[in-house]
Amino acid sequence: MFTNIKASIKTSIKKIWKNIRRLSGDDAYEQYIQHYAEAHANSEGSAVESNSGPLSREAFFKEWQDKKWKGIKRCC
Amino acid sequence: MTVSLDLYSYLKAVNLTIDCFILLKNSESFNMNKNFKIILWLAVALLGATAISVIAFHRGESISAMWFITAAACVYAIAYRFYAAWIAATVLVVDETRATPAERLDNGRDFVPTNKWVVFGHHFAAIAGPGPLVGPTLAAQFGYLPGTLWILIGAVLGGAVQDMVTLFFSTRRNARSLGQMARDEIGPIGGLAAMIGTFLIMIILIAVLGLVVVNAMKHSPWATSTVAATIPIAMLIGFYMRSFRPGRVLEASALGVILLLLAVVGGGWIDHHAGLRILFDHEGLPLAFAVIAYGFAAAVVPVWLLLAPRDYLSTYMKIGTITLLAVAIIILQPHVHMPALTQFTDGTGPIFGGKLFPFVFITIACGAISGFHALIASGTTPKLLGNERDICMIGYGAMLLESFVAIMAMIAATVLEPGVFFAINSPAGVVGKEAIDAIAKINSWGFAVSVEQMNQLAKDMGESTLFARTGGAPSLAVGMASIFGNAFGKGLLALWYHFAIMFEAIFILTTLDAGTRVGRFMLQDMLGNIWPKMGQTSWWPSVFLTSGLVVAGWGYFLYIGVIDPNGGVNILWPLFGIANQMLAAIALCVATGILVKSGKLKYAWITALPLVWLVTITSTAAWQKIFSDDIRVGFFAAANDMSAKLAAGVLPPEKAAVAPQLIFNQNLDAYLTLFFVAVLWIVIFDMLRVIYRYLAGKPLLPLTEIAHERSQLESGTLVEDWVRD
Repeated sequence: MFTNIKASIKTSIKKIWKNIRRLSGDDAYEQYIQHYAEAHANSEGSAVESNSGPLSREAFFKEWQDKKWKGIKRCC
Repeated sequence: MTVSLDLYSYLKAVNLTIDCFILLKNSESFNMNKNFKIILWLAVALLGATAISVIAFHRGESISAMWFITAAACVYAIAYRFYAAWIAATVLVVDETRATPAERLDNGRDFVPTNKWVVFGHHFAAIAGPGPLVGPTLAAQFGYLPGTLWILIGAVLGGAVQDMVTLFFSTRRNARSLGQMARDEIGPIGGLAAMIGTFLIMIILIAVLGLVVVNAMKHSPWATSTVAATIPIAMLIGFYMRSFRPGRVLEASALGVILLLLAVVGGGWIDHHAGLRILFDHEGLPLAFAVIAYGFAAAVVPVWLLLAPRDYLSTYMKIGTITLLAVAIIILQPHVHMPALTQFTDGTGPIFGGKLFPFVFITIACGAISGFHALIASGTTPKLLGNERDICMIGYGAMLLESFVAIMAMIAATVLEPGVFFAINSPAGVVGKEAIDAIAKINSWGFAVSVEQMNQLAKDMGESTLFARTGGAPSLAVGMASIFGNAFGKGLLALWYHFAIMFEAIFILTTLDAGTRVGRFMLQDMLGNIWPKMGQTSWWPSVFLTSGLVVAGWGYFLYIGVIDPNGGVNILWPLFGIANQMLAAIALCVATGILVKSGKLKYAWITALPLVWLVTITSTAAWQKIFSDDIRVGFFAAANDMSAKLAAGVLPPEKAAVAPQLIFNQNLDAYLTLFFVAVLWIVIFDMLRVIYRYLAGKPLLPLTEIAHERSQLESGTLVEDWVRD
């Protein structure tokens, strides 16, 4: 009983933490790598990236941030 | 007995409602499941109606803020459960089997199907800026009632509907922006109007927000040094996320938040340090130039250095502080001291001129209905939306939360004694420069306040004076400080006050950074049509020129706002309100046009009704701002009055020196207002033309909805997929 509650608390904290990471963009790179692996598993992928492999963490983050602020992202 | 009568009656009402359904739940004759739900919703309706009638008909000394919270919660719950759900199911007919653009165009970067709570978080963080905090504070000059009712009704029937339908239509159109949808569905004129409207609203918005920050920092070394410290802190965090630990957003943000809190404490230390405090003790004008220079720098440096880290910090501050405020209000249950209605409903108010109708509806834009949201709901949020089923919760729900923020701002403003509220918010040009004159004037309106009381309050808050601190931020900060102080310890009032100022300033500056940059991109885009090289976002001459133009645009209005003895907010805020409501009207025009074209004429009232209301208030307000003889309302009247006084030589020398600029500005504002209304009516006629052609069976632009494609993400699994692993 007690371990059950403990386990469920643990999983819900994990879930919340995961949501927070997702919300803040903390896991954006992991997301990208996962998407990259899936997209390239059975197709040749996009021309730019297929030759050079996935972007480095630093390069990805730079691009991700630049792109994020090109449009209207904040309001009154 | 410390429990006041109305808190007692409040508890009684809540108790009665609870008793009621415990009784009914236990009675056997009910089919538990279904009937219990009906009873529950009836109880919510009853409680809501009780709370609203208490707010509306209360005419006593003070009223518990819990009535406001209860009224809001009940109104939102009913609107969300019934109206929003009905719109989603019957009018829009959301289809959870249909693949969204995020799924079809998934590229792992901007198009990513995302957990609905995460999308909700992004959407809310994007739509909720400083607007819902400032507007209600200013509108409190009419009393608490008009603003509160408009925030509730406007949000559930107007703002939330606009956000939700825009999100839906954009989702069905590959996440196209409002401007693109206007062009595709109504015609090129609508598209152009939306673009120009967006650009101008941005200029005015930044100017007025800049003015709010300047007024909060004026002669306040504590506030100025704290706000200044946010810049190096943001840059430090930028470096951290960029070079030291790339992409570690959370740890960098945590570090930043700690540094910000230290900056608030450090500001207090600077304020007590005779040598350092003079470095940060400035008049409005140098502060305005500092903000303008900062705005230019922020627009040209890379986003990672300033904008992105500042945005992280402001988002956490915003969510944290608003949660804290909600908790404090619920714990403390403060009392609202402002009367339900003041005599200023007749248009003589000190904060801004103009009657209750239409100006309360112009002053409170964000929080009730905000056209700006349509820009987020189209283009940005649909790229993340995993399933159409969540449109109701994200589009409608996030706006309800923003409306709730506005209600809390209204509470924070009205818990102040009305005399104190007016002493803080009335510009020197209206009540006089000297404290004694201001107090005499405010007392003559029937609001009790004394010089000693204001001096003591300023001392408690760690400020040299709180007279004529217009713009809404200082009075909101005093309100928040007294709520926080009472709920979490009274000894730290000055710290809470400057925390609140820092909290407002940091996300005002984020809006300023982001807005200037977006303005720059829009301008580069427009100029790129004429000379393609100007359209290159990384070509330095173009970057400097367009950033300079955008900053000059809002910098001009900010400068005029600062030199205006009537405080500038009086002019700029209504202009911003008209512009924002105009954009909302354009969004509702597009939505109404699409509804009719989709064969849903009989449901088109869901957007047409708020549209008619917005057009009425925007046109009336614009008409009055242009043609009113009242010099505190009409732009031309004010310009002519000042010209006459200048010519007659009756102006004091310091006023005469700035009079020509103020006269020019009043005339400019009048033409700008005229332009806004003209744009609005052009879009309306364009929309009516489309509707007429549809009804008459004439050819018109086809619907641009993307064909149905079945979702591969099994319904409901998206969420759990990544939560489980």
